[in-house]
Amino acid sequence: MTRKLTNLTLKVWRQSGPNDKGRFETHVIESITDEASFLEMLDVLNERLIAKGEEAVVFDHDCREGICGTCSLMINGQAHGPQRATTTCQLHMRSFKSNDTIVIEPWRAGAFPIVKDLMVDRSAFDRIVESGGFITAPTGGAPDANLIPVPKPVADAAMDSAACIGCGACVAACPNGAANLFVGAKIAHLNLLPQGQAERYKRAEAMVDTMDEHFGSCTNHGECSAACPKEISLDVIALMNKDYRSAKFKNRKELSRN
Amino acid sequence: MTMLDNRPAATKLNSKVPSGVLADKWDNFKANAKLVNPNNKRKFKVIVVGTGLAGASAAATLAELGYQVDAFTFHDSPRRAHSIAAQGGINAAKNYRGDGDSVHRLFTDTIKGGDFRSREANVYRLAQVSVNIIDQMVAQGVPFAREYGGLLDNRSFGGAQVSRTFYARGQTGQQLLLGAYQQLSRQIGLGGVRLFNRCELVDVVIIDGRAAGIVVRDLLTGEVTSHAAHAVVLATGGYGNVYFLSTNAMNCNVTAAWRAHRRGAYFANPCYTQIHPTCIPQADETQSKLTLMSESLRNDGRVWVPKNADEQRPAHQIPEEDRDYYLERLYPSYGNLAPRDISSRAAKRLVDKGQGVGPLKNGVFLDFSAAINRLGRNVVEERYGNLFEMYERIAGENPYEVPMRIYPATHYTMGGLWVDYELQTTIPGLYAAGEANFSDHGANRLGASALMQGLADGYFVLPYTISNGLAPLLNKTLPGTDHPEFKRVEAETRDRYRAYVNVKGTRSPDWFHRELGKMIWDYCGMERDRNGLEKAISEIQALHDEFKKDLRVTGSAEGVNQTLEKAGRVDDFFQLGMLMCKDALAREESCGGHFRVEYQTEDGEAQRDDAKFCHVSAWEWTGDAAKSHMHAEALEFETIQLATRSYK
Repeated sequence: MTRKLTNLTLKVWRQSGPNDKGRFETHVIESITDEASFLEMLDVLNERLIAKGEEAVVFDHDCREGICGTCSLMINGQAHGPQRATTTCQLHMRSFKSNDTIVIEPWRAGAFPIVKDLMVDRSAFDRIVESGGFITAPTGGAPDANLIPVPKPVADAAMDSAACIGCGACVAACPNGAANLFVGAKIAHLNLLPQGQAERYKRAEAMVDTMDEHFGSCTNHGECSAACPKEISLDVIALMNKDYRSAKFKNRKELSRN
Repeated sequence: MTMLDNRPAATKLNSKVPSGVLADKWDNFKANAKLVNPNNKRKFKVIVVGTGLAGASAAATLAELGYQVDAFTFHDSPRRAHSIAAQGGINAAKNYRGDGDSVHRLFTDTIKGGDFRSREANVYRLAQVSVNIIDQMVAQGVPFAREYGGLLDNRSFGGAQVSRTFYARGQTGQQLLLGAYQQLSRQIGLGGVRLFNRCELVDVVIIDGRAAGIVVRDLLTGEVTSHAAHAVVLATGGYGNVYFLSTNAMNCNVTAAWRAHRRGAYFANPCYTQIHPTCIPQADETQSKLTLMSESLRNDGRVWVPKNADEQRPAHQIPEEDRDYYLERLYPSYGNLAPRDISSRAAKRLVDKGQGVGPLKNGVFLDFSAAINRLGRNVVEERYGNLFEMYERIAGENPYEVPMRIYPATHYTMGGLWVDYELQTTIPGLYAAGEANFSDHGANRLGASALMQGLADGYFVLPYTISNGLAPLLNKTLPGTDHPEFKRVEAETRDRYRAYVNVKGTRSPDWFHRELGKMIWDYCGMERDRNGLEKAISEIQALHDEFKKDLRVTGSAEGVNQTLEKAGRVDDFFQLGMLMCKDALAREESCGGHFRVEYQTEDGEAQRDDAKFCHVSAWEWTGDAAKSHMHAEALEFETIQLATRSYK
């Protein structure tokens, strides 16, 4: 069942720092087993570069099981490569053929500056969560977990949205560099649950406003959802927009009372 | 430092277990603990290193209380910590099923699961606060699985006869971590926590016998800086990556705990490592890590191998009479839900006998055909759909049609920094939480208990114990980062990292790591014996010497250099590896995850020696890992009868 792939040409983006212009570097992988993951193929490349006395290609990665959201990479122009619902770390070489040329680039988005080679800075995502992507529930005061029943379909829908891994593929795939899928997923997760109702509109407004400071605007291409390794549905963007619109009225009304 | 070598084992470890009967100890502690008044809390700075379940929950809670908190993570975002990868669930003694669960039952299951090598008072407290964790996480919006009536669902897990595991599909760790991350993010937004991301702890600074702060390396610039605090919490995870191949994330490492150890914190029970029975077997030589398939799969999957080692037929053509459902045969009352260590060793024995399955004959089957027939494909998909997809992505086979192939892999480390009841290490002011400490799981951890322990430590234990430790320090001036000791440690660190670059040898850090991992797996893995361990200690030493002479790190010590980061971590793994083997050699018994071939019963089960080894082995650094000095903390059981663990 194991096959060997031969003669792969890699065009890898190299960039020494945020201010460097950057360039493609070409490497040939003569042979690799198709059981290897894409990142294991890059490990092999890096071992070779070190053996030649050259600097290894920098790329972000950690869990290698598709859940931490650390790995990224545009592979032949597709965020996380060609396989549906699969992060780069879970992509295996069986998705490629011998003699293929593979172009490997970092996420390309204004809000994700390149740090080095294939590594980018995604901390704008954290700023959005800090502005409202939570339920205020300080430790210690929680009521019994079964006090508020959550209908199963609601819990399931919240879980569908909460499955987001914060990798940034949605932003990288979007021609506008918009983060609506990421933000919509978090807003949908928390705003669907009964526990999230108290801050529902404040949350929507704060998160969307912070998003707008960093990211481009959504024009409904839907590339984000197609690229999402967790298949987050575009519906979350509709829910976010609805809550944001309501928030603009409700929050203003509340403010005017003070 | 080496003069410490001949010092007698006189230091008495004070576990500070409160007085009173077991069930009252935690209440007694809280009733007598010193408090810091709300206006004074902001005068105290606490450093929390690591932002997994234990770190994020501790940092968020301490900031909510009013302490100034500095949180450090080497990831780009706190949300990346490896707690995120836990799949199956989190235990809590809620007894929502009415199936006979209670705090006492969870406590006894955990003690028994740990093969009577954990500290009774800590475990009881863990079981007590487990119920608060579920309340807390639900309030934060963790979308746990629900019944149709809207109440929380449960599943069962290995090592227990009740259903007490709460779960969020196969992504429980992710959802809990995101809950804690969101709570932490709120505090970052409010200014209660300052976040230092892409910053790796590289040393701990001790002044006048107390933890004064830490030295970190900025992974973006290579800059080395100091941070001072009144208390330091290490929530930096376990050391399973010492084996190279494990289910840990690629960047998990022991450096924070090890550097603290080298500064005086004792390291407890390093030989207690857990091999998880259900991982996808290694496929080829480029493999960089192993992937776990949740243990919850054993609820409905049946484990078997062909009776005949030369079996050639595909799985579905092998008739029932030619299959060996060995867990059901050997452990009829627990069957496929036998605890992790027992299931792992059973698999190893059959694979060693040649009965393994798959192209490399390095796995056993986990078969869902009976469950699919009984429950229907829909129900199986509902329960395990994402795990099945994950399996197919990695192994290239569809588990609805072909049984999964699984094999044990290193997954968790029960050993860690020695802590007392307050989770304080032997260095005053330095605390360790979550997988980084040793305290709650004894020689073997039960499934769905790691998430429980991480959150218990961070949410419900540390906030009380740290206040107790800080209160006496009110209005005392503590050394700042301009203190010469900080400067000295900073300089030492800079030299250390420059030295890795300057070896200019021929082999990469990964090459050394792979070689080291093989040695530890062979000699200090699922089974250990005296000869192997003695050999390992000298071989590891030799390989470490070679590392110092032949390491090659390309690039420089400034700017992003992942090869250099790796070199520092591998260097520390070498020393830890030696200590693991030394500990395994000293513990002349088998218990939990530590199986010494020389100490087994006639039918091949672990044979404890309670007369000689009913203690925690806490190791003191002497300048050379192979010459570390052991201190024993005797384990005393007040309510538990020491018994031979039986899951038959």
